Amino acid sequence: MNAAQRERYSRQSILPEIGVAGQRRLLASRAVVVGCGALGTVQATLLVRAGVGEIVLIDRDYVETSNLQRQWLFEEADVERAMPKAAAAAERLRKANSSCRIHAEVKDMTPQNAAALLTPADAILDGADNFAARYLLNDVAVKTKTPWIYGAAVGTRGSLMPVVPGETACLSCIFPQAPRSRQPTCETSGALNAATTAVASMQVCEALKILCGRPEALRRRLVTTDIWSGETGSVDASRPDPDCPTCGRGDFQYLNDLSRGSASLCGRDSVQIAAGGRALDLPGLAAALASLGKVQANPHALRFACPPHELTLFPDGRAIVKGTRDPAVARSLYARYVGS
Amino acid sequence: MERSSTPLAVTIAVNGAARPAAAGATVQSLIFELGLDAEAVAVERNREIVKRSDWDCRILEDGDTIEIVHFVGGG
Repeated sequence: MNAAQRERYSRQSILPEIGVAGQRRLLASRAVVVGCGALGTVQATLLVRAGVGEIVLIDRDYVETSNLQRQWLFEEADVERAMPKAAAAAERLRKANSSCRIHAEVKDMTPQNAAALLTPADAILDGADNFAARYLLNDVAVKTKTPWIYGAAVGTRGSLMPVVPGETACLSCIFPQAPRSRQPTCETSGALNAATTAVASMQVCEALKILCGRPEALRRRLVTTDIWSGETGSVDASRPDPDCPTCGRGDFQYLNDLSRGSASLCGRDSVQIAAGGRALDLPGLAAALASLGKVQANPHALRFACPPHELTLFPDGRAIVKGTRDPAVARSLYARYVGS
Repeated sequence: MERSSTPLAVTIAVNGAARPAAAGATVQSLIFELGLDAEAVAVERNREIVKRSDWDCRILEDGDTIEIVHFVGGG
């Protein structure tokens, strides 16, 4: 470390948990943040300020007004300029730490590009907003033996779990598949900014243990916390399950299924999203979306207006998103309102 | 000396709160009784994770400590 770095990181490297050696490792490390929303913007901020050497920020979305309540790094001007989240976040963070190499990837993560986007990395941080992205991340991380930190939050509650492939449980060891029932999203159930920030902070703490060369200090548990009620809980995640479909049997279902949830242009300004193997509960979805926009539903389809877009959803999970020609926009809307 | 007999109910702790469970109840029946979505929770019994495939054969015993956490997907 040079004199400027010694001064800059003095309050961190003095910590016995990090030390000068840990800080040196951190300065030479590369982290990848998946998603620049409520979790990802906090993760990226903490990592860049802590001195991570290189960071990749991946997000397919643009900054919207409803993001500002909980998504650090964004300003009202970003909404007006319709800035891509990854680019806006990178711009802010370069001012916070000009020595950090920051890459913005304004991209939709798919089975085709996931490995190239996520690796190489010393640690990947999960700031995604849907289950499918997390299982895809898990597939890539397990396959390439890259540590990652699962984290998610909705309402006042959140969870996190460090995954060290081959050493600890992976996501599929604990949850062999994504829930088929409709689960709450931040759009339908809200998100307290204190909850998302708390979860992102705890994820970064685990990531720092890896990046600073202290993997023995990892919490090898799936931790859940409700920041409003103060209730916390955790379950053991210290060992891989030999029967796990992903890390036990090497069946990378999400990475290999190139058609899952794939989006294709259909018509002049519509994108079709292929069924992802999960049936949709249309009446339940109609009830959840009713307060957010105009909903028309019959047993065969549900139409939901979220101007300038319109989602038509089918019981088999297929969807048509009208009002865009961009598959990333269509998949983003689907993840937000349907789950994944 | 008192003779022990098979109890009709056992007492377990779920996320720190004591509750009765019928003799012979399993992790599976507990999750059903609590009205939880089986695909959206993970269960630990006495500090060890119970794989979903073992839920229906894992019988709850008196004094068991059960931790249940939900699978959260937003962000």
